[in-house]
Amino acid sequence: MLVLGQDEKAKYPFLADAGEYLKDKGFSLTQFGSDPVLKLSVEKALHRIKVAAAGEVYKSDLIDGQASKDYVLEREVFSFLLAIVLIKLTGMSTLVKRFALAEARRAENYLEKDLGNASNKSKIDLATRIIYDLFNIEIIKENDFFVMPVSDYLKHSVTFHEREWKLINRHVENGKVFLTPDKTVRLIRKELGNYISSKITNAPKPSMIPGLEKIVDELITISKKLTPTYTITTGEYPPCIKHAIDVLEKGENLPHSGRFMLATFLLSRGQTVQQIAPLFKNAPDYNSRVTLYQLNHLAGTSGSATTYACPSCEKLKTQDLCFITKECDNIINPSQFGKKRK
Amino acid sequence: MNEINIKFLEDSFKKYYFNHFELIPIPQRTPEREFGFQKFNSSFFNRHISLKDGKELRLLFMQNTPSDVYCSNAYYAFPNSPMNEKDWKEADLIFDIDAKDLDLPCRPNHTVSICNQCSEITKNNNQCTKCNSNKLEKKSLPCKTCMNASKVEVKKLTEILINDLGIEKENIQIYFSGNEGFHVYVFNSQFQKLGSKERSELVDYIMFRGAIPETFGMKKFKPNRSSFPDFNQNGWNGRFSKQVFGSKSKRSKIISELLENGYSSFQKTLEHVSEEIGVKIDPNVTMDIHRIFRLPGSINSKSGLTKLLCTDITKFDPYNDACFLNDEPVEVLATCPVEFKLKNKKFGPFLNEKISIPTYAAAYLICKKLATIA
Repeated sequence: MLVLGQDEKAKYPFLADAGEYLKDKGFSLTQFGSDPVLKLSVEKALHRIKVAAAGEVYKSDLIDGQASKDYVLEREVFSFLLAIVLIKLTGMSTLVKRFALAEARRAENYLEKDLGNASNKSKIDLATRIIYDLFNIEIIKENDFFVMPVSDYLKHSVTFHEREWKLINRHVENGKVFLTPDKTVRLIRKELGNYISSKITNAPKPSMIPGLEKIVDELITISKKLTPTYTITTGEYPPCIKHAIDVLEKGENLPHSGRFMLATFLLSRGQTVQQIAPLFKNAPDYNSRVTLYQLNHLAGTSGSATTYACPSCEKLKTQDLCFITKECDNIINPSQFGKKRK
Repeated sequence: MNEINIKFLEDSFKKYYFNHFELIPIPQRTPEREFGFQKFNSSFFNRHISLKDGKELRLLFMQNTPSDVYCSNAYYAFPNSPMNEKDWKEADLIFDIDAKDLDLPCRPNHTVSICNQCSEITKNNNQCTKCNSNKLEKKSLPCKTCMNASKVEVKKLTEILINDLGIEKENIQIYFSGNEGFHVYVFNSQFQKLGSKERSELVDYIMFRGAIPETFGMKKFKPNRSSFPDFNQNGWNGRFSKQVFGSKSKRSKIISELLENGYSSFQKTLEHVSEEIGVKIDPNVTMDIHRIFRLPGSINSKSGLTKLLCTDITKFDPYNDACFLNDEPVEVLATCPVEFKLKNKKFGPFLNEKISIPTYAAAYLICKKLATIA
């Protein structure tokens, strides 16, 4: 378990044990609803959530990661813990997600600074310890870079869609990947968000604290305005799918990866195995029994019951199956083609 | 395939397994592997088999006279359960390099076509010369150029595995696949527990796919000379330099050209470079973590040759070293329009001829559907 100093608790408040922290400081939750001095922390918590809901990153009162006064530092931690309490009281999952993401990005800034702080070994050590304790990645500083085993890098980088994160675009040597401090931290952003989000989700829901009802109501109203948008689909197929259908219609050979793409795409558009199977009739090696077996497997109706998803545009590019047009409009998966947010 | 041919192949294979069982290394952690086998003339694939040890493996060969035997690269808690209940633990990393994927110009010269409709055998065609059907089965015969090109890919691959991916040389094993390529096995590496998606990323790295210009020094805005890679660098930067710049003296001039041609032209350069220096492995094989692979030491029924460990890849001659069936003469009726060489002996071309050839050559032709027992 990490032993954190006061500064670190303010920078990485999600590492602190909420209940224990309050107890240590001699406070109970109910005091925050009535005590006018403590109410300042509540206001700060509210601000912190509002900033996150707006998609921004909350700016602390810390200067260079240091608190000027002890009470500033305390308020930093309190406001984080109270924000969690308030979000739990609203019961709105949208707020959990937004808050976790914003807090992850805030922590990311500090981690990046700590890792990049060549003159302060203890800060680097702490940041690397946090990354190890939370995500089980062992990183070592080597000159200006942080190195980690290729396998650890891959476990995290596969969730990125940008080409820059492909292993080929990293310096790799002797089983290790070399990263700058910002990329090292960026690699774990999603997990950091998940970690904070799970901390909030797993925290017990407190009963309503008298004096905080209004604030909770205000947050519920904000959250409702953020309710997810709905999408409409034009129904048109993306160019990669059109191309695959063309190839099959001409009786030419579509590689296995192309067939996989086509089938998973059409399944995702709600077509049935029986509707899709005839498409493959012209393939030079067509066998109806094998086709049905494979389609049922992809649909998850036989075999492992896993439903296979359509590969990402990035993957299709590397398989020479992408025929991008401007209508693709920056989508990252063919199944998003033609969907417009309203 | 008719009964007489099957009987001949089964007898020849059986003799091999009886006399050369020592060529089959018992897979490490046998009880955690999934095994499978096929029999001649049966499309049924016996898999999800678990075996305790080498004795049970031997029994599988003796009781079933299989045409092909397979073993998983994965380790499972319950290898004989259905796939989704096996409880996958980890898998060795395996690469498949096959001459047929190398687009070599020699290929048409040693490929024969067998018509699925009328069984006519001709030299590489896309349409049957007898019945005009375009449903043809292609069979390729051994060629030194193909094997040498495959060896080059194996060497490129092992260099990346050792230098870039930090794999110990002792943990790499190279096998001739028994037909036209090589299987490269990596044991006890940091990649054992990686899933399919992560392995697919490794594949892209090894094949040099998905590279962006920035990685190799070319920027969209204000590109400068100093960011281009150099010869002495490790990894892809160094290999890229050697390929694109050729020699140190040309480096400066070529960088000037690259800068002049701009960003999008550089992207094309990368695609071209990928074709040249990327390792030509079969991506689907490496990313499949539930596959069963031909068992080392077993015979490949596509050729009658053995999947054999290569200790010295440069000297290795598959069509001599992996040919273990005996040389008792056999009479066959053969149609093979292409000449081939086994155990340093030339055979063919045969044009619907009744001939007497050694068992290994007869098995080779029968496996390729180019001959039948006379």
